[in-house]
Amino acid sequence: MSFPWANEYKPSHPFMQWMDERLPLPRLVYNSVGGGYPVPRNLNYFWNFGFLALICLTIQIVTGIVMAMHYAANTAVAFDTIEMTVRDVNWGWLMRYMHANGASAFFVVIYVHIFRGFFYGSYKAPREMVWLLGVVIFLLMMATAFMGYVLPWGQMSFWGAKVITGLFGAIPFVGEPLQQWLLGGFAPDNAALNRFFSLHYLLPFVIVGVVVLHIWALHIPGSSNPTGVEVKTESDTVPFYPYYIAKDGWAVGAFLFLMAVAVFYFPNALGHPDNYIPANPMSTPAHIVPEWYFWPFYAILRAFTQDFFFIPAKLMGVLAMFGAILVWFFLPWLDKSPVRSGAYRPLYRKFFWVLVVDMLVLFYCGGAAAAEPYVMISQLAALYYFAHFLIIVPIISAIEKPLPLPYSITEAVLGDDDAAQLAPAANA
Amino acid sequence: MMTPPSSLPQRTPDQPERKTKDMARILSILVGLFFTVALAWSFGLGFYTWATDPAAPTAEHEFHLHPKEVAFASDGAFGKFDKQQLQRGFQVYKEVCSACHSLNHVAFRDLAQLGYSEGQVKAIAAGFQVPGTDPNTGEANLRPGMPTDYFPKPFANDVAARAANNNAVPPDLSLMTKARHDGPAYVYSLLTGFQAQPAKLLKEFPDSKTPSGLHYNPYFANLNLAMAPPLTGPGQVEYGPGNPKPTVDQMAKDVSAFLIWTAEPSLDKRKQTGLAVTLFLLFATVLGYMSYRNIWAGKKH
Repeated sequence: MSFPWANEYKPSHPFMQWMDERLPLPRLVYNSVGGGYPVPRNLNYFWNFGFLALICLTIQIVTGIVMAMHYAANTAVAFDTIEMTVRDVNWGWLMRYMHANGASAFFVVIYVHIFRGFFYGSYKAPREMVWLLGVVIFLLMMATAFMGYVLPWGQMSFWGAKVITGLFGAIPFVGEPLQQWLLGGFAPDNAALNRFFSLHYLLPFVIVGVVVLHIWALHIPGSSNPTGVEVKTESDTVPFYPYYIAKDGWAVGAFLFLMAVAVFYFPNALGHPDNYIPANPMSTPAHIVPEWYFWPFYAILRAFTQDFFFIPAKLMGVLAMFGAILVWFFLPWLDKSPVRSGAYRPLYRKFFWVLVVDMLVLFYCGGAAAAEPYVMISQLAALYYFAHFLIIVPIISAIEKPLPLPYSITEAVLGDDDAAQLAPAANA
Repeated sequence: MMTPPSSLPQRTPDQPERKTKDMARILSILVGLFFTVALAWSFGLGFYTWATDPAAPTAEHEFHLHPKEVAFASDGAFGKFDKQQLQRGFQVYKEVCSACHSLNHVAFRDLAQLGYSEGQVKAIAAGFQVPGTDPNTGEANLRPGMPTDYFPKPFANDVAARAANNNAVPPDLSLMTKARHDGPAYVYSLLTGFQAQPAKLLKEFPDSKTPSGLHYNPYFANLNLAMAPPLTGPGQVEYGPGNPKPTVDQMAKDVSAFLIWTAEPSLDKRKQTGLAVTLFLLFATVLGYMSYRNIWAGKKH
């Protein structure tokens, strides 16, 4: 592993030795999530959400494969095949509700995971690649979730697909042909439904691939930690197994408990009732809204109501909506502060909480009807969103005076304890 | 897959890279200004319009009502269907609603869940005429239903439905209680909510008089409904002995309960399973927490 004191994999059983010499898969597991991976000892519960995200991805793939066995991607029967799955397939209702609520749970977990990164500067050197791959995973998740929501072919499926694919029409010159090429027609229909199903089945496995890269890139420098001070000595770390397996284990239990409460007692709370109405291209719903996890970005899209010089308002909205996520790619180079953790950055910490509130405001406005005062509120909130990443963070990192950092993780944990009297760090 | 420690990046926050990249920062601030100025422009014009020319109130906004408060046996974490009520609700659907509304996702065999015996299900199915094929000529005909059949549609297609219903298509009812906000209460409120247009509405919005052929109902989104009040008076459906009196209120409640079942036949099983699953997970989580405390005991963190 990445630290010289990492435990070495020593297979005791002859078969495991035989295996290790030929295909060291158990060694890989041991070094990735076993006793061979030293992890900072001071991680708080925000560090559990990466593991939880992996659990969510697994639930989505397993329930999704079962759902796909009973689904037909044809506009004439898609809605009915899902109802049939729910009514006539053994535990079909459970698969459906787990899959639908699992998507929401996945986004809850991933938003916490991302904001953990914002606060503790997880995107900074030497973990830029971990961060960049994470943003790629988030984009893939959004595409997968969007296409998955189209598959039941309810009213919101159809109209959501129409609105979102319609955004491509805003691109100058190539917009309309591009939109028709993506949909395989002039509006979402059978061709679009089929390709969305195909991609909805493909993309989760692409996500699995990028997750492998994400974890690989993480294991090169090792996990970050709440102090943001890099690991210096063995006493800064504990082996992943058993310490973090135990901590992640009980967190998974608590997470599954909360998810079970949602699945069994509030299965439709996060869904839109209109999606229990079969798609009808002749009848537009009163309010077209995407699923809740897209609301902040939907609010940004709708915030641009005026043409800006020669740029049409719709194109500005599209640019801003995608730009709102693309800006995360540049974060490691926008935030030049040498201190990672928000705990030692008095100024950055304040603006971080403003961003959290700002996201919640955007979230609320994105789910509300496109009427005043919500549009005006979302305009101010979107304004702060871009100002935060593109103006405030770069300026803060230049002028802020960070608080003194602890010498090491061990010192931060043990304080004046005698055990904190360390030998000089091995490779400092 | 793993790299030896010698190749670890040596840059740490303790030894920050001091190479300034001011160009990147200036560029980012310019991009940030582009978006913020565009938003400020949109906000400014929007605010001006809002302040000088506020949107006029509409009758729908002022007079639309949220569904009434109503309780069902299936409510709550431990709620279960009242099968007697579901049977009464089915009777209301069969004798009143089914004249215009389909129940596409429900088969006669499903009625066994309401407590009907196999023989009763067969008899109910046989009471409906469903589309079939004449075994001698191969021509389309109607035949008595069987338990495997689904409820037949009252109209051949949407055109026929519109022609018979003042240009409105009566929606399918199978999923109705999940297809509206607060669905069960919505159905109950709609069925009991028909009334004369309030004088206040006509005074404030003289153009919003309910058009002829439509019916005023404040629980309906646009206030005017093509459906005439379907439950007209007590005793419209005759309930068997041992049941409550068939008042309009009672019939509306019963058919709403029935439609909760058609939308979610697995509701009872879902809640029972949920209890077992959540209790197990609670137990497993407590054990997991205890082993976590045990493993970390003595390890300050």
